[in-house]
Amino acid sequence: MNPAGLVGAAYWLPLLSAGVIALAVAMYVVLDGFDLGIGILFPYFPSETERDQLMNSVAPFWDGNETWLVLGGTALLVSFPLAYAVILPAVYLPVILMLLGLVFRGVAFEFRWVAKPHHRRWDLAFAAGSTVAAFSQGLILGAVLAGIPVSGGAFSGGAFSWLTPFSLMCGCALIVGYALIGACWIAMKTSAAAEARARRQARGLLGLLLFFIVLVSIWTPLEFARVAQRWFSWPNIAYLSPVPAVTAALAITCWRALPGRHPTLAFYSAVGLFVVAFIGLMISTLPYLVPPVITLWQAAAAPRSQAFMLSGMALMIPVILGYTVFVYRTFSGKVRPGEGYH
Amino acid sequence: MLLSRLQFAFTISFHIIFPAFSIGLSAFIATLLVMWRRTQAEHFHALARFWTRIFAIAFAMGVVSGIPLSYEFGTNWSRFALLAGNVIGPLVGYEVLTAFFLEATFLGVMLFGWQRVPPWLHVTAAVLVAVGTAISGFWILSANSWMHTPAGYEMRDGIAYPLNWLRVIFNPSFPYRFAHMMCAAYLTTSVVVLGVGARYLLQGQFAVEGRTMMRMGVGMIALLGPLQLLLGDQHGLNTLKYEPAKIAAIEAHWRNDGPAALVLFAWPDERAELNRAEIAVPRLGSLILDHEWSGRVPGLMDFPRADRPPVVPVFFAFRVMVGIGLALIALGLTGASLWWRRRLFDTRWYLRIAASAWPLGFIAILAGWLTTETGRQPFIIYGVMRTAQAVAPVSAATVAVSLALFVLVYCAVFSMGIYYIHKLIARGPAAATLAPPALPHGLPNRPLSLAEPPAGSAAERAP
Repeated sequence: MNPAGLVGAAYWLPLLSAGVIALAVAMYVVLDGFDLGIGILFPYFPSETERDQLMNSVAPFWDGNETWLVLGGTALLVSFPLAYAVILPAVYLPVILMLLGLVFRGVAFEFRWVAKPHHRRWDLAFAAGSTVAAFSQGLILGAVLAGIPVSGGAFSGGAFSWLTPFSLMCGCALIVGYALIGACWIAMKTSAAAEARARRQARGLLGLLLFFIVLVSIWTPLEFARVAQRWFSWPNIAYLSPVPAVTAALAITCWRALPGRHPTLAFYSAVGLFVVAFIGLMISTLPYLVPPVITLWQAAAAPRSQAFMLSGMALMIPVILGYTVFVYRTFSGKVRPGEGYH
Repeated sequence: MLLSRLQFAFTISFHIIFPAFSIGLSAFIATLLVMWRRTQAEHFHALARFWTRIFAIAFAMGVVSGIPLSYEFGTNWSRFALLAGNVIGPLVGYEVLTAFFLEATFLGVMLFGWQRVPPWLHVTAAVLVAVGTAISGFWILSANSWMHTPAGYEMRDGIAYPLNWLRVIFNPSFPYRFAHMMCAAYLTTSVVVLGVGARYLLQGQFAVEGRTMMRMGVGMIALLGPLQLLLGDQHGLNTLKYEPAKIAAIEAHWRNDGPAALVLFAWPDERAELNRAEIAVPRLGSLILDHEWSGRVPGLMDFPRADRPPVVPVFFAFRVMVGIGLALIALGLTGASLWWRRRLFDTRWYLRIAASAWPLGFIAILAGWLTTETGRQPFIIYGVMRTAQAVAPVSAATVAVSLALFVLVYCAVFSMGIYYIHKLIARGPAAATLAPPALPHGLPNRPLSLAEPPAGSAAERAP
């Protein structure tokens, strides 16, 4: 883990920064995950009542959720400028696609209400934008996991280097994953027809997601020797064996909770599934930020910049988490019909 | 290179409008709600609800047009990110930490919390959103100012390293730029508020709300307009000290051979290095820029050709900005004098002018932005990095495709946004009634159409 034999601040500052970025990405994936998931599932809820419920269940949160993406992006720029400057040009088109997708779905929240009763196109924008954003995020993830061609400290591939069967598969996997937590969220936050429909969808999505998790677990060690080395060499294999065990336990919990009286449990176990999958991917990748060439220490910014940023984060992230919890509590429980400022 | 530049200029021009509007509008709404709490007058609350809906749209467009920017530094300007990331990055990071989350989270309470939280908490949320937008302005203008007047850093191996954060944040041009921009944001919103108020009075509807808006708008403009003139003057002096080439371009001042004239109009010819069709007032330039009758101001020819900004856009954009600024001062002072004579609400020519003045602030902001950013060229960080060195290793075709996509999407999305804002304004504050209280038995959850069935549909079906 410490290839250059670094000591002191030069060693642990990048590690802390990476931890913060991991936190931001995890927060983003979970929070915006369910809200993108709702967009992905939107077309499968045909009635106007259900769609309004879906929208209202995330309307107070989506903005805060997407802010974690901005935090992730800026934290990467701040703490690992080299990685930022290599990764973003490498996945240029998927990033642009994701951003455009987010533009469409973001404005749909407001436009849809104002445009009523002529809001069909914003329903479409919401669904398509969410799906494209999720798929693009999967593409980016897949491209980074698979490794980026670098020479002389800059991206050296072509405009479509990111386009591989592996990254396409990751795109589909992420759509399914987001849809799953979206469905669990809907089951938790809505009532009547929407809730029943979401419970049915969630079980199918859970099965599909497990298929993708297994696929990734087989595909990555076969294609990337460093991943196989990390997971299957002794003693790692012993230390890491809880990962699949926890995955299985969470999947079973989620499956059993879905039809029951505790949709909240199903939601949290789906979130847990995501977090464990995320940890698994980090285990496969660390200490590289741009596999297989740039480690987090090589990409790190000046210690002074990291220290300044980290002290701000140490101060602010607890506050942010505090009022995030406050807002989620304010809007806790099922969506009340007719609620909203519109 | 050119394409990346176009793309950035395009996305940021869209972006700057909406946050400037949100900064002003959030403060306006917070003020309305505070007044409502203090006076219990119902029309303040009605106005707050009305503007909150417009704010929601403006804010959403600000957010979605802002997210691409934080990534474009990497996708299109990765070499800039590499060189300046150590310094600029944390400033943007602090913006996210201290402002974005605050705004985004409490916006949820502000928009949807009418019935979920007690009124005092709701007012607090609105105030927090307003504070958040101002904090956001603080950090982003600090980062932007650093690109104009870098300070508190050292260069090692072609990368900037911070030495003193206080000097980085409070770099020489920051206090002036911040004050000037915030004042512009509040001024712009005041003009819109005044315009909407005047429009309602002209149409003879929403009289109470319209009068309140006009009073608040006129008061703010009469106050902020002259203040902005003062701030602009100070900002100009600061620019003269740190970026003399920009001032020379703004004034189309070629030769430093005596007291500077103030060029009122001209067509600057960059090849021949002189002004055509010039109308100028002798010595006035020196007086304004140096506050001295015979002050000397550096001319463009003091700088090598390669270090000069493009003169024509800077020259004209500046004149547009100042022209609008002066017009707004006139608007504010005229309004104040009419108000003093108790004729503000029935002077129809004034109402007509005020009702059509609403876009002026936005145009002035864009013109000012164009002046300062183009005036910094050919540098991306003044005196440190040229824009040409900053561009990312991405093929021109890729950038062209994404630029085309951005133009297409932004035009579609933002024209719709402006259309909807317009529609909301046309409907007026009466339509912004509270959503009906919770229905007992999960009836159709269509608050908007429940609250105002005739407004939307009738207006659209009308021939």
